[in-house]
Amino acid sequence: IMSLFGEVPQATPVAVFKLSNDFKEDANPKKVNLGVGAYRTDEGQPWVLPVVKKVEKIIVADNSLNHEYLAILGLPEFRSSASKIALGEDSPAIQENRVGAVQCLGGTGALKMGAEFLRRWYNGNDNTKTPVYVSAPTWENHNAVFANAGFEDIRPYKYWDAEKRGLDLDGFLGDLESAPKHSIFVLHACAHNPTGTDPTHVEWMQVAEVMKRRKLFVFFDSAYQGFASGCLDKDAWAVRYFVTQGFEMFCAQSFSKNFGLYNERVGNLTIVARDSDNLKRVLSQMEKIVRVTWSNPPSQGARLVAITLNTPELFAEWWDNVKTMADRVLLMRASLQAKLQALETPGTWDHITQQIGMFSFTGLNPKQVEYMIKERSIYLMASGRINMCGLTTKNIDYVAESIHETVVNVQ
Amino acid sequence: MALLKSSKVISSIGTFSPSLGVLSTRNSSWWGGVQMGPPDPILGVSEAFKRDTSSKKMNLGVGAYRDDHGKPFVLDCVRKAEALIASKQLDKEYLAIGGLGDFTKSCAQLALGADSEVLKSGRNITVQTISGTGSLCIGANFLSRFHSASRDVYLPKPSWGNHTPIFRDAGMQLKAYRYYDPSTCGFDFNGALDDISKMPEKSVIMLHACAHNPTGVDPKPEQWKEIADLVKKRDLLVFFDMAYQGFASGDIDRDAWAVRHFIEQGHKIVLSQSFAKNMGLYGERVGGFTVVCNDAEEAKRVESQLKILIRPMYSNPPMNGARIAATILNTPDLYKIWLEEVHGMANRIIKMREQLAANLKNEGSTLDWQHVIDQIGMFCFTGLKPEQVERLTKEFSVYMTKDGRISMAGVTSSNVGYLAHGIHAVTK
Repeated sequence: IMSLFGEVPQATPVAVFKLSNDFKEDANPKKVNLGVGAYRTDEGQPWVLPVVKKVEKIIVADNSLNHEYLAILGLPEFRSSASKIALGEDSPAIQENRVGAVQCLGGTGALKMGAEFLRRWYNGNDNTKTPVYVSAPTWENHNAVFANAGFEDIRPYKYWDAEKRGLDLDGFLGDLESAPKHSIFVLHACAHNPTGTDPTHVEWMQVAEVMKRRKLFVFFDSAYQGFASGCLDKDAWAVRYFVTQGFEMFCAQSFSKNFGLYNERVGNLTIVARDSDNLKRVLSQMEKIVRVTWSNPPSQGARLVAITLNTPELFAEWWDNVKTMADRVLLMRASLQAKLQALETPGTWDHITQQIGMFSFTGLNPKQVEYMIKERSIYLMASGRINMCGLTTKNIDYVAESIHETVVNVQ
Repeated sequence: MALLKSSKVISSIGTFSPSLGVLSTRNSSWWGGVQMGPPDPILGVSEAFKRDTSSKKMNLGVGAYRDDHGKPFVLDCVRKAEALIASKQLDKEYLAIGGLGDFTKSCAQLALGADSEVLKSGRNITVQTISGTGSLCIGANFLSRFHSASRDVYLPKPSWGNHTPIFRDAGMQLKAYRYYDPSTCGFDFNGALDDISKMPEKSVIMLHACAHNPTGVDPKPEQWKEIADLVKKRDLLVFFDMAYQGFASGDIDRDAWAVRHFIEQGHKIVLSQSFAKNMGLYGERVGGFTVVCNDAEEAKRVESQLKILIRPMYSNPPMNGARIAATILNTPDLYKIWLEEVHGMANRIIKMREQLAANLKNEGSTLDWQHVIDQIGMFCFTGLKPEQVERLTKEFSVYMTKDGRISMAGVTSSNVGYLAHGIHAVTK
């Protein structure tokens, strides 16, 4: 029988999930998964934050809570406290009533809402030709989010310098200078994914100067606040600096990693506008977009985060939990670098400790990556990206030796 | 500045932001040209209701179930499922893009029936979605991308207000077929058949599986059979929206009859399901989207493309609600309790319908209110005209949408008399 869907082609699987699948099916007892970006304990286990467990009990015990619809833009206590996390408790922009937010389905949902809004209302109406710049490299889903929102021109901006294994500042600034006015730039607030390489404060100031002068749109992606340095305020420096510079901007926040709430899809699109009047109109149009996508967001995760952020003892406990995760990552970085140096693995490995956050761009090339997977059952992305959280005190020797063997034998 | 590009935008700046002056670059905003979005008609009703200080006020606008005290109702099976889940100390790792397997499997089973040939042959793909809206959004975008044969989606007249912008936003063209007959407050069967017979082949036709929103008017089984035949003759793609399974008649299988009949007749439907109402999981956003394919191989291809759609929207769906629903559907004791509770909710609605009709008669109304009893599900299309609705709101503080729709869920044994009194007053 002829099918309406007879012509639907098989799509290629999303790489990072295929990697996890292959890892699952590998029978090698020494296998290590350095693929997907989720935190793991030193036992290699997922970690539900102690503060999360506590708040879940509070929610279960509270009989006044029900499962009614949230407002279209989400739980108000969540939205405001989440924006405060990004911009700072005493942010002048918040005090001036020109900061608003949309609760979204994770960081992805926040990016999606921002992209859909920009396509409809930025740089004219429905101007799909506005260039959108994403870093080279960037999180692989950035492209699809903006493309699906209708943007036709998505371009890379220079970011990672493979040779020096660091930031290509000149290239970055050069692309900012040559980008058409009003182009949209997706900036990683901290702990750049996948390279782990962030601009310094001085470098951020240079970026901001060009963006202001050339009227480029600032769209921050903040998925790792707290995870980079272990300090939430430190990790928000770039976002807050741009606010002081007077930018109107979007910041897509994710609470997947810093709250360990991956599957509850807790995200927030923070909007900084010129004034409250503009903000009001923007939010009214955001509602229209939300209504045709998911109507209103899920309540569980937002409730959890809101209770935590708005209760001083719980907030303090959360900071502590975040620092625990960040510290373990820093320990693994130091450990791996030390071991590679001790093995006298060819090349320089300082970038392992210089990079920040969950990921490290090892510098391994595709052939070397393939060798790691096939010969050593160590799973990492084709780009050479590893998730530091996949390292433990028990497997780090095996991983270091494997990297050493790979670099020596495969070019 | 980009804002200079359009004179329409310039005038908007003047209209909405007079304080900005004319294009002062230091103070101007990216958003000067953003118009204030029109208020949502249904939410607007709730907001007006909140502001009303009358002690007798009634909110018959929004479609969320209320118990006989007018309070939100958390199902017992839901509380029990939550306790069970809490005791398991599960982690919070990302779900697969297509959602929780335990959920999608039982979700499909609920709709299609446990002994469905479709399930046995694996020729359906069911993904977890963000409740009914999310399901429709995925479906609309999937059709837009892969149903090249037609851009046309036919909605019943009237339909849920959000259907139109969802499909339009996905790039589909909206059309309508006759459905509600205002002269009988019932189903315009002949009008529907007539319109369906003229639909171009391969157009998409949206059917409400049960408890039509907003009219509460459902076709009878014999009428469904004729519709199914005609739709097959016209070679139309059927999109079922089932947001009230169990909630309409109180019987899960009865409410899914139309969906199952169409499948038995060979239609390869797409189906949206919501668990907002029948499990009271509104804010947890639990839903499913199903495509019934030719065979398992095609289902795999379709699945891969659904994932490509979902990933850039929100990556993967939320766990909490799906876990609760899956636990209920897969734990026999909880499933039994759920069936009873759904039955209870539906029964309360049916009772309120009967009481409303009886009270109207007692008030002395000579109008025919049979449709209040005949209509099914949460909503009732009263037949009230906009002026009468306005009076009902102004004089009696009864809040409802302008089309005369009331949510029966907002009616209780203590306020049904007052409601009848008000309706009679504005219609006599």
